[in-house]
Amino acid sequence: MRKILAVLCVLAVIVVGWYGAAISLNAKWTHDQAKRAGTEVQFSELVADTLSQERPVLPAPHQVAVELWKTTIQKKVTSKRSLVFHGWITLSATLMGFLIGTTAGILLAVGIVHNRAMDMSVMPWAIASQTIPILAIAPMIIVVLNSIGVQGLLPKAFISAYLSFFPVVVGMVKGLRAPDMMQLDLMKTYSARSWDVFWKLRLPSSMPYFFASIKVAIAAALVGAIVAELPAGAIRGLGARMLTGSYYGQTIQIWSALFMAAFVAACLVGLVGMMQRWTLRKMGMTQ
Amino acid sequence: MTEAQLNDLAEPVIAARNLDLTFHTNDGPVHALKDVTLDINKGEFVSFIGPSGCGKTTFLRAMAGLESPTGGKISVNCMTPDEARQKRAYGYVFQAAGLYPWRTIAGNIKLPLEIMGFDKSEQEKRVRNVMELVDLKGFGKKFPWQLSGGMQQRASIARALAFDADILLMDEPFGALDEIVRDHLNEQLLKLWARTNKTIGFVTHSIPEAVYLSTKIVVMSPRPGRITDVIESTLPKVRPLDIRDTPEFLEIAHRVRDGLRAGHAYD
Amino acid sequence: MSVLFFAIVIWGLATLGAVRIANGPQQQMFWAKLAVPALLGVVIVVLWEGIVRGFGVSPVILPPPSAIAVTFVSSIPVLWGDFVQTFVKGALSGYVIGCGSAFVIAILIDRSPFLQDGLMPVGNFLAAMPIIGTAPILVMWFGFDWQSKSAVVVLMVFFPMLVNTVQGLAESSVMQRDLMKTYSASYWQTLLKLRLPAAMPFIFNGLKISTTLALIGAIVAEFFGSPIRGMGFRISTEVGALNLDMVWAEITVAALAGSAFYGCVAVIEKGVTFWHPSQRG
Repeated sequence: MRKILAVLCVLAVIVVGWYGAAISLNAKWTHDQAKRAGTEVQFSELVADTLSQERPVLPAPHQVAVELWKTTIQKKVTSKRSLVFHGWITLSATLMGFLIGTTAGILLAVGIVHNRAMDMSVMPWAIASQTIPILAIAPMIIVVLNSIGVQGLLPKAFISAYLSFFPVVVGMVKGLRAPDMMQLDLMKTYSARSWDVFWKLRLPSSMPYFFASIKVAIAAALVGAIVAELPAGAIRGLGARMLTGSYYGQTIQIWSALFMAAFVAACLVGLVGMMQRWTLRKMGMTQ
Repeated sequence: MTEAQLNDLAEPVIAARNLDLTFHTNDGPVHALKDVTLDINKGEFVSFIGPSGCGKTTFLRAMAGLESPTGGKISVNCMTPDEARQKRAYGYVFQAAGLYPWRTIAGNIKLPLEIMGFDKSEQEKRVRNVMELVDLKGFGKKFPWQLSGGMQQRASIARALAFDADILLMDEPFGALDEIVRDHLNEQLLKLWARTNKTIGFVTHSIPEAVYLSTKIVVMSPRPGRITDVIESTLPKVRPLDIRDTPEFLEIAHRVRDGLRAGHAYD
Repeated sequence: MSVLFFAIVIWGLATLGAVRIANGPQQQMFWAKLAVPALLGVVIVVLWEGIVRGFGVSPVILPPPSAIAVTFVSSIPVLWGDFVQTFVKGALSGYVIGCGSAFVIAILIDRSPFLQDGLMPVGNFLAAMPIIGTAPILVMWFGFDWQSKSAVVVLMVFFPMLVNTVQGLAESSVMQRDLMKTYSASYWQTLLKLRLPAAMPFIFNGLKISTTLALIGAIVAEFFGSPIRGMGFRISTEVGALNLDMVWAEITVAALAGSAFYGCVAVIEKGVTFWHPSQRG
């Protein structure tokens, strides 16, 4: 209970600070308008005006909330203005990429754990690749794939897949190697085949690492899908909404798209968390 | 005998009167200590022995000011344990050596000296002396992981001795070590005690260890934690390891075992 | 076609060599650990060159490594300018400000479990959020130049660093803190002598993650607006002009910068946390 109170407290402080910042950042425009009209602005008028501008420097929380409401609940889901529509576009690319990347990652991890040559050659690159800003070349990959006719969902899914791939590889390799020597020796005394050792020992032991890495992977896949929408020409998806908002100075649009993206991210990570708790509880591995 | 020495004899260093300590857990209250009354005088070596849950560690921690009693009184050096703690009246040795892996052995022994504000040259001198006391001379620059378990525990004891507190509280310090190392360290601890004349409170699970080391053995039993027997040892102060085969030793050990049985330790 | 054939031969030889080293008696040696992945790298580059030249893949889709190398060497002044703009001014400044402030705030909230309980869930949420989406907003506030990129980087590294530092500060065991109590040590003494050194492995984990995030943030933020300099700017404009070899040259710079930055932090980590089991091998 105290924890919820603490979170609410912090959120309340953030909202109050946000309102204050909105007033001060939007004030300049209000003063400029007043100067042009030759009028003076009272403080209460200033507050009212700064919190309801059409193109504010910083939208007030209620403005963002209203826009979110208008573009999600009040719009038809199939409308091109609906954030649910855009959210789904981004989400579908995310999920597809995530599934491909995770599956490929697990397969590669299994290969690395069972084959020395693969281990010694691929693992250093897998670790090194995490230090390389792959995300930065996402737009290039999109453009290249578009030019050879691969458009729409697939290029975005490809980027998401790539971004989720390496965290899963690194995490699963650690996880599949998690059983200690004593356990592996016991399997040897049973003359167990690698197949049995994998399914009965390695895979169950890797579950905590699995969930930790797919949490990272799904967040990365979402970011990948959003950034993949940035190259000019993308008009659908949350990233595209943010981009067009920035081109036309529609700050409220940018912020509402951003909140939608944050909401989607929170839901995805939350879902993975729920799956994690359920699975680990069934396996008696809760911490 | 001087007046000061007479005074020393008069006041116990640690005095507990009807001490109660109850923990409130999710599963209900746990009476870790109930109605514990005990005096520990200056220069005594007191062992606390009993099964798990008998309150021996809790009692030691209460003496150290790490737990607060819920009833009764306890005083250390005629102050509350907390005040004694702030005056740095005792050194504490835990079951695990708990050395900082990022400090050398010498650095680890210096830790309390740095905190208590001894100056640099004084720190060096004390570290040297105390390392010699525990037979770790020359290992100052090593790191904890380079030393065996027994040596790490010796370093932990050295750390507790470095700042010259009159009281030494030890919570199963040799529990994690094998018997051969344990015998060796028991001997060394007795020699150390003879040289420094500290008042020592020692928690242990081992009957031979308790009988070998102490001048007074406190047998405790659980549910609720209480004292079953207090045995004043009749063994001489200077004890070679062979004393463990003498009939006198066996008699005291027998008495300890009887105390444990009376407290249902073997049920 | 002969290039492709040559490439396949090299692929075969290198794989054979790698497998032999990996399964042979030298597998534990230091040089073997470098040679095997290096062989894989060589194979990839050689196959790349072979496939692109052999199948006549258009340079607009995928330029061969040789062309990239040539463009790289001839564009060093431009590449260097971009590097300074994006990495030194944008990423590095944001990294220092972001990680520094996260560290300070972690220590400030250390004494208040209430603040920690409130901030950590919010922090975890914000760390998972696609912060990169704040880039257009920050460009609007701080302008086109490196300051907005720095701001994006600050936001991106702050929460992962905060979460890691707070976790690290919680690492010291109850027994260790009890020991400090027996010395009657003050809060600051306990913090400086016990909890901060014990937190170092987590703090460096946060610092390492942040190096990657910083570079990504700086480059991607430039997609939202930038003066006529910078790695992100160069990538997006050259992509538009279909000069893909220049794009790959920039990617090479980014890859080198990213790994070097990470490597530096890892070396410092090895020095500071030499005592941790993971560093002792």
